[in-house]
Amino acid sequence: MSAATAVRRTAVAPHQDPAPAHPKDVRPTGRRLGPGRRRRLAWLLGPSALLLLWTVASATGLLDPRILSEPWTVVATAGELIADGRLQENLAISAQRAGLGLFFGIVVGAVLALLSGLSRAGEALIDGPVQIKRAIPGLALIPLLILWFGIDETMKVLTITLGVFVPIYLQTHAALRGIDLRYVELAQTVGLSRAGFIRRVVLPGALPGFFLGLRFAVTGAWVSLVVVEQINSTSGIGYMMELARTYGQTNIIVLGLAVYGILGLLSDGIVRFIERKALSWQRTLAG
Amino acid sequence: MAAHFGGLTAVGSSPGTTPRTLREAPTVSAVSVRGLIRGFGPKGVLNGVDLDIAPGEFVALLGPSGCGKSTLLRALAGLDHDVKGSGVISVPDRVSVVFQDSRLLPWDSVLGNVTLGLRDHDADAKARKALAEVGLAGREKAWPHELSGGEQQRVALARSLVREPQLLLADEPFGALDALTRIKMHGLLRDLVAAHRPAVLLVTHDVDEAIALADRIVVLDSGRVATVRKVAPEIGTAVDAAGHEALRRNLLTALGVDVAASSH
Repeated sequence: MSAATAVRRTAVAPHQDPAPAHPKDVRPTGRRLGPGRRRRLAWLLGPSALLLLWTVASATGLLDPRILSEPWTVVATAGELIADGRLQENLAISAQRAGLGLFFGIVVGAVLALLSGLSRAGEALIDGPVQIKRAIPGLALIPLLILWFGIDETMKVLTITLGVFVPIYLQTHAALRGIDLRYVELAQTVGLSRAGFIRRVVLPGALPGFFLGLRFAVTGAWVSLVVVEQINSTSGIGYMMELARTYGQTNIIVLGLAVYGILGLLSDGIVRFIERKALSWQRTLAG
Repeated sequence: MAAHFGGLTAVGSSPGTTPRTLREAPTVSAVSVRGLIRGFGPKGVLNGVDLDIAPGEFVALLGPSGCGKSTLLRALAGLDHDVKGSGVISVPDRVSVVFQDSRLLPWDSVLGNVTLGLRDHDADAKARKALAEVGLAGREKAWPHELSGGEQQRVALARSLVREPQLLLADEPFGALDALTRIKMHGLLRDLVAAHRPAVLLVTHDVDEAIALADRIVVLDSGRVATVRKVAPEIGTAVDAAGHEALRRNLLTALGVDVAASSH
């Protein structure tokens, strides 16, 4: 009612009634079905709540320190390990393994997805074996990999690579095959070459799938890392935890878990950031 | 002239496929279609279509849905790889297609969409000029989803014209636009065609659109050319011109619409 009156008054005598500092904004509001506007750092809320729950449970004695160390003990342990350099050293070697495995896995997965997605012969040759690999747990391959490559870095990086390339392949391949046929027709009518078609239509069209695969791959790389470092290793975060298990040092084990968790969360955040920048043409609920 | 031969296997020759006609046609026509058949038997989509379009001529292809007009356009565009058929098609080297949907790549900017497939070293400059021609100067960096439906279709027009086509194929290009935008787009297309002089084949089901734009109207029915009408220049641009209503009624009758019932 008041809005209608205000509008009529400004319409009749606009010069005698200048707009107020805060112009009235009365509007019908429909129910908003999307998740709403993005808020910065909102992603920290879930992990922080988890941390708070842990702290409260430890402080009230609800959580026995023999079962799970208190957060402050873990922080203190981290301080000690950083002081004598063990944490950085092990973290560096772990990060190097994960990074190398991730790099090779991404390259192998993306190349295989392109070969298999763009040619029938490639699909006939590649897709089957990848599906077979997908069905075999990474852990089950380790004995064979140790036999073939020994227990040095090659075996560790290869195990991670084998775990990483599968999600990259699957998601990129699915996105490639999902590219709208109408764009293929368009590419033909504007006379794109095969290389131009791949560069201008196929790759950008498959990019959302690639990024989804990358998110699985990044966390997968850390998971594979734990496996190889705990089974046969003399360095790395996993080795540090395995050693702590022998001596019953719960605080170091929990610290290792926390480090893995933080690394996983951080790397996922980085991938999502790059994804948002690279796919800014998309208009989705994610915003 | 690049001729693609639509699977000359099987099926007897249709009237009009004589070698003499073929030899003469390319010298006077931008487009020459002889005995075009797509899909066989009682369910055939095109059952022997003959069509010539002169350089710079604007032909509208009218017909009820399912009459085969889109099939004919796709055959001219070389987009019907998997459709069985026969006949001889001859089209110019530079052919552009405008689809009913603007078909812009969502991951490319407006400028990137217009330069798609261009190999000239000054592709960007040409694309900017084409965008200015369709009234979209300054929107080069926008994403397609930031444009309105009419603007998206104007980008599609710019994309087709930047290639300086000798033949422009348009498959109901304004079918998805609102009536007001459609009228504006008619004016724009008329100006662009007058400036660039490509031969045009416009597929539409809108009689008024056909009269407003075309030099000649071809009505397709059950996969055959049923009616051909020339449109006098003074009729096309003025709805109140003498003969406009008569042509309109004539075409509607050819399309099987009861004119008495639908007249206004």
